[in-house]
Amino acid sequence: MSTRHLISIEDLDRSGIERILDRAQSFAEVSGREIKKVPALRGRTIVNLFYESSTRTSSSFELAAKRLSADVVSIRSSGSSVDKGESLRDTIQTLSAYDPAAIVIRSPHAGAAGLVAAWTEASVINAGDGKHEHPTQALLDVFTLRQKLGALDGLKIWIVGDVLHSRVARSNILAFRRMGAEVTVAGPPTLLPRGIEALGCTAKPTLDDLTEADVVYVLRMQNERMHDSYVPSIREYAERYQVGLGRLRPEQWLMHPGPVNRGVELSADAIDAPQALIGEQVKAGVAVRMAVLYELLVGSPILQAVA
Amino acid sequence: MSHPKLFFREDQAPADVLITGAHVLDPRSGIDQQLDVLVRKGQIAELGDTGSMEAPPKALTIDAIGKHLFPAFVDPHVHLRTPGQEYKESIETGTSAAAAGGFCQLIAMPNTSPTIDSVPVAQALVDTARREAKVPTGFLAAITVGLAGQELTEMAALSDTGALGFTDDGKPVTSAGILRKALQYQRLAGGVIALHEEDPTLSNEGVMHEGPISARLGMAGIPSISESTFVARDSSIALYEHARVHFQHLSCVESVEALAAARAAGAAVSGEASPHHLTLTDEFVRTLDSRFKMNPPLRAETDRQALIEGLRSGVIECIATDHAPHARHEKEVPFEQASMGTTGLETAFAAVFTELVMSGVLPLELIIERMTAGGGLYGLPIPQIAVDTPANLTLVDLGASWEVGSGGYRSRSQNSCFHGRHLHGVVALTIAAGRLVFTTSPASVKDLAKAGS
Repeated sequence: MSTRHLISIEDLDRSGIERILDRAQSFAEVSGREIKKVPALRGRTIVNLFYESSTRTSSSFELAAKRLSADVVSIRSSGSSVDKGESLRDTIQTLSAYDPAAIVIRSPHAGAAGLVAAWTEASVINAGDGKHEHPTQALLDVFTLRQKLGALDGLKIWIVGDVLHSRVARSNILAFRRMGAEVTVAGPPTLLPRGIEALGCTAKPTLDDLTEADVVYVLRMQNERMHDSYVPSIREYAERYQVGLGRLRPEQWLMHPGPVNRGVELSADAIDAPQALIGEQVKAGVAVRMAVLYELLVGSPILQAVA
Repeated sequence: MSHPKLFFREDQAPADVLITGAHVLDPRSGIDQQLDVLVRKGQIAELGDTGSMEAPPKALTIDAIGKHLFPAFVDPHVHLRTPGQEYKESIETGTSAAAAGGFCQLIAMPNTSPTIDSVPVAQALVDTARREAKVPTGFLAAITVGLAGQELTEMAALSDTGALGFTDDGKPVTSAGILRKALQYQRLAGGVIALHEEDPTLSNEGVMHEGPISARLGMAGIPSISESTFVARDSSIALYEHARVHFQHLSCVESVEALAAARAAGAAVSGEASPHHLTLTDEFVRTLDSRFKMNPPLRAETDRQALIEGLRSGVIECIATDHAPHARHEKEVPFEQASMGTTGLETAFAAVFTELVMSGVLPLELIIERMTAGGGLYGLPIPQIAVDTPANLTLVDLGASWEVGSGGYRSRSQNSCFHGRHLHGVVALTIAAGRLVFTTSPASVKDLAKAGS
């Protein structure tokens, strides 16, 4: 990888993405073994700094670091000095004193990971910054599709729902485009940001043409959007935009970054359908995050030697 | 420049200076040639061919060959942060920055802490300015108490205390009904009503211009119509009430169109644009550098072009910096959390000169005219290079350049959106109200001090 940090999908070209995915594949094999550990990062420290609640991202980063034999410090905003009003800059300076090899940061604010990268010697991995980006989610989604379908070239992928407030949507549009897929975003017009087409996707206000999609990627619909009048009611949202088996052809793959609001953006039957890849996405999380850590911190093909 | 509503330290002696060999340019006086300018006791005493004058005894002589002498600039929109936020700026540091930027007149905004919404606070500001201001400084008072948009301030009494007009700058007057009453009351209180235009239901939680770049970055956008709908609304109210209204820091094509339409309909409305809106766009926000966070936000290239055309045609009468200093800790945070605003006094002329004049977009005379016009809109005398007028002059080396910030700032804050850029047009000397308030040559200051003693 050309970069020391992973802040945005734009830090990676297609070959960079493929290199991480190849690496992730070999780590996925490690995860299938009885002893799921490799000594690649032994003696190195990785700090997970989460300013927002998270289950799958924080736990998979922690597990990924541990499977690489790193020492892991996980800090959550509540109950820490962050909670006491310490500035991000001061927190990073404090943590940098422990000489971490990498800082993984989740923040409610766009650009936080980029700022941290300017303030520390450590490699910085963006685990979600505001509504800006969530690059490791996009990588694990590409990984999941590649495992299932091979190349993404020419694949028609629809991203459905609240694009306006979704960092996943932004990173995934970029990553899917880089891998050769055609991307359409669809959702309530109030939740499609003005100018989103500049990312290289098509925007549609209805799901009328959803059958053309090879992959339907459904975004989480947060309840608070109802209060802000982005949509008048859950009922109307579900009626117009909920993805269920009634809307899907059996050959269409279904994805969701989780956590799912059952009965809102996805119907219960769709979540458990064989075409749903939601479980595979979660499983891919650990291997892909191991690969990202490995590529940033080691970046040489010693894995074969230890594997 | 003596005016009952401009306040400054008068303890500096009026200057005796002979400036020789400069290219003197003042569009209002019709001067565009090499001349010697003699300032005696702070007044422009003589203009003559180069070498035709001898410096009177004790006068400072400045060899200005190769440099340009302009009427000093006027900034009708600065935040000097006094009272209450002196950690960002004080009247002393803010007016020092202004002097270094070639300014001779400033108008300070009332969104301080406390706000300038009562006579005692306004009087204290006047007293501080008389102690600290290097450059003559006027001020606007708040339209509504605490800028809360609910009750009118004692506008007449504030006007008597020195307010040149009224604004809730930093915030819009959201209620059309309250604004209408302020415009009616203007008939008693006098002064210009200046408006920060923004419909808060449209700008909402926005932190940057709404468009492809905000879509890319996932940050809430401030649509251009949040400004322009209020410009149109308030123009209509101003016309109905025969009121005098000035629109602050216009940023988008729709606002320029609304202002032009209001003027054509006969409304007494004027407008200003900032150097940053004239030279930068939301492209710069891509880096998520909080130096580029301001309100109104940097907008699209079509908006920038509309502002330039507005400046050219005169729909926008003046350039105003909206100098908005913020402390480091208020800017060294993620973009969405950062305070809005950029400093501007030390870079205003150079930014506009470098980006618009050197590239051939606008003529230098027009820039000089627009950079000196802002005080006149509030009834202040416009600086002019003419015999027997107070000396308000700035000497600029158009051939020289510097990297912004490399030598520090005179402002107490460093949040310049031009930080790190190479700008052309270095101010070498500023005379404001007849006082030598800035020079790049320390020797001459010493000489002057000796001369004055």
